[in-house]
Amino acid sequence: MVEQLPRSKKIKTIIGEFGIAIALLAEIALFSSLSPYFFTAENILNVTLQTSIIAIIAAGMTFVILTAGIDLSVGAMVAFSGVIATSVLKLDLPFALSFPLAVVIALSIGIFSGSIAGLFVTRFNITPFIVTLSLMTIWRGASYMYTDGRPIWGFPDEFSFLGSGRVFGIPIPTIIMICVYIVAYTILKHTKFGRYVYAVGGNKEAARLAGINVNRTLLSVYIISGVLSAISGILLASRMNSGQPNAGLMYEMDVIAAVVVGGTSLFGGRGTIVGTFLGAMLIGILRNGLNLLNVGSYVQMVVLGVVILFAVLLDQMRMK
Amino acid sequence: MKRGSIKTVTSLLQMQNIRKQYPGVLALSDVNFDLRAGEVHCLLGENGAGKSTLMKVLSGAIKKDSGTILIDGKEVEFHSPADSQKAGIGMIYQDFKLVPELTVAENILLGNEPTKGKSPFVDFKKMNEIARTSLTQLGEEIPTTAIVSSLSVAQRQIVEIAKAISKKVRILAMDEPSAALTENELKNLFAVIKKLKQDSVGIIYISHRLEEIFEIGDRLTVLRDGKYIHSCNVAESDRRSLVRWMVGRELEQEYPKIELKRGEEILRIENLNAGILKDINLNVYRGEILGFSGLVGAGRSEFARVIFGADRKESGFIYLEGKEIYPKSPREAIDLGIGLLTEDRNKYGLIMQMNVRENISLSNLHDVVKGFFINRSKENSVADKFTNDLRIKTPSIEQEVENLSGGNRQKVVLARWLFTKSKLLIFDEPTVGIDVGVKYEIYNLINQLAKDGVGVIVISSDLPELLGISDRIAVMCEGKLTGVLSRSEATQEKIMTLATGGNLEATHG
Ligand SMILES: Nc1ncnc2c1ncn2[C@@H]1O[C@H](COP(=O)(O)OP(=O)(O)OP(=O)(O)O)[C@@H](O)[C@H]1O
Ligand SMILES: [Mg+2]
Repeated sequence: MVEQLPRSKKIKTIIGEFGIAIALLAEIALFSSLSPYFFTAENILNVTLQTSIIAIIAAGMTFVILTAGIDLSVGAMVAFSGVIATSVLKLDLPFALSFPLAVVIALSIGIFSGSIAGLFVTRFNITPFIVTLSLMTIWRGASYMYTDGRPIWGFPDEFSFLGSGRVFGIPIPTIIMICVYIVAYTILKHTKFGRYVYAVGGNKEAARLAGINVNRTLLSVYIISGVLSAISGILLASRMNSGQPNAGLMYEMDVIAAVVVGGTSLFGGRGTIVGTFLGAMLIGILRNGLNLLNVGSYVQMVVLGVVILFAVLLDQMRMK
Repeated sequence: MKRGSIKTVTSLLQMQNIRKQYPGVLALSDVNFDLRAGEVHCLLGENGAGKSTLMKVLSGAIKKDSGTILIDGKEVEFHSPADSQKAGIGMIYQDFKLVPELTVAENILLGNEPTKGKSPFVDFKKMNEIARTSLTQLGEEIPTTAIVSSLSVAQRQIVEIAKAISKKVRILAMDEPSAALTENELKNLFAVIKKLKQDSVGIIYISHRLEEIFEIGDRLTVLRDGKYIHSCNVAESDRRSLVRWMVGRELEQEYPKIELKRGEEILRIENLNAGILKDINLNVYRGEILGFSGLVGAGRSEFARVIFGADRKESGFIYLEGKEIYPKSPREAIDLGIGLLTEDRNKYGLIMQMNVRENISLSNLHDVVKGFFINRSKENSVADKFTNDLRIKTPSIEQEVENLSGGNRQKVVLARWLFTKSKLLIFDEPTVGIDVGVKYEIYNLINQLAKDGVGVIVISSDLPELLGISDRIAVMCEGKLTGVLSRSEATQEKIMTLATGGNLEATHG
């Protein structure tokens, strides 16, 4: 009994389905026409480099938000993992030894933070907002305490290769970002765990009664978010060539915006990783384009807010 | 226009040529319906026939594509449920619209809160009183200060009815109000309906339990696949013709019972205590269908949840195939080979945002996984198979279950548990909201399961159904198992006696 849809409905469905992609294309067209430099290979790579750190965290945040949770501690985790990693690099060890050590320790901190969040959310049944808000101030405070408020620098130069180097002309953070998204996409789309993430976010009790280990699923998503934040922390430290205690300030906002603009529901159960990628790019391109046009940062903030609002509005049309 | 000439009774409500198109589904195509004051007009049809859609059009909850609605012969246009409420239309939706966080009284008077004099402050005392009055009419003793989310499905259903009758309405539409109710509550509901009829309220009554139609209905209208099929007086119809109009073909018998050979014991319960459950002792055998009867709140669902590891036992023993088990979570129970189709598909069964395919495979992804990854073609074929077997009405297996009709949602959960291939399957109200034709097919499926050596427990509030399909019937009352009757000795009266705590010898001796 499949019938032709009325034309207006059809258009609406198309806008809903590909809303974010359409917005992205419109944005690219706009900036290309305004700035000759915008649509060059170099600038495109630049955008992906600039966006990679937010985008990598946003991949993790997508998992969390799909379960109807939130992780506000990501920005602080960027700072804490960054200062810890850089301080390990300063140890009197050969770089070949200190580098892997720094990475392992930083990632362990991400796992640790995610586990704490997961534990409080599952075992003690505290809302993710409060748990991760607390973790946010804890890690931010710890970063300042650990560094005494001063940046850490003076470690081997090789480290900067990670954030600023290129392979076949492509920035390493961009490569890492692409890898993260391929893995995240595969997990969400093609594995049992991915399915469970959606199910838990859709209806926790029904998921439990369907035989899903809800607590393990929740714990895992916070650990994923913690680890990806730590990876971003290392990348950012490498790019800035220093461990800054105030790194990643307010990143949680950009990240959540990217996820939501990408069509993931804050109520859980609905959303895609591709959407998040497009959402992150939409925001990244906006920043880059406005910079190229010499728009001041205050105006940029206003424009960004307006764009987020409209992107979400567009997405809302799909629900109708 | 010949309407004027044959009009002997004035119509309170007329719905003409109502059309509603959803993506891929024509839910209503030029449907006509009319309702007179003081009558009970039953609306019948298979799952997905368009009954709920028609009611939602009436209440203004959804927009119709075309058609007219007349009240007292005057055309009206409702843009929201608030509009229709103002026009005196009350609605009991199939999936409840209660606010789970609020109390019973707050829900019943939502939007009509009594205030202290002219002040903006809610008069909670008065509110609880009014709420209690409407609950008492239904003969229910649900505390008015209880939080709705803590109530059972049946209780929530009753609150929903109380809410509808607490307002002065001229038209009351009830979309499967009896689905979760047992005999006693049903009797009260019918008493209330009769009283409303005397007050000239026009009532639209939707139900898949046909015996109710003959008990309470005055007229009936049948829909099939979104089309108007037939209207007549209930007195002029019989069960057979009803089924024919609904399904489009004859159904020889309602309960296909096959001769089963009882196998060895699969489940043994000894002195089980948990929550309201007191000292339960019971055996279940392979290849038998054990029915479970009792009033609402008797503890049947609690019993199922304990076996399934959803709730913990306090003491006692559970043996599966002779080995003691202690499932601490549904996952463990499923791995042991136990499945439970929970009551209340919307709250405890389905993941609404997921599609039909994902909901069916959810409990047994293990069987469609290859290495790390879900094998989509295998998953598709599983979903296709069950969609065909159970005749799930959906444009595709990719449709989100939120968009399915009530009965088709139930079939999706059913498919999920059939796919787990359990040794012991507990069905808690498996046919709630399912149409006669599909019920028949579900009984066949249950028979087949038992024949294949699965132990089957069916909890149901539908007594004729239990009597029709069970080999034995266990009856519970207030957490205690009051008796187990064999198929040959079970009768409606005996079950009711046991369910209300009576003694069989006393009544028959
Ligand atoms: N929001 C929606 N989006 C898409 N299709 C829908 C939506 N709501 C209902 N439908 C479809 O419209 C048809 C009619 O549904 P409706 O809920 O009216 O059936 P029903 O007669 O009430 O069935 P049941 O007895 O199972 O409750 C079904 O095929 C259903 O899948
Ligand atoms: Mg319905």
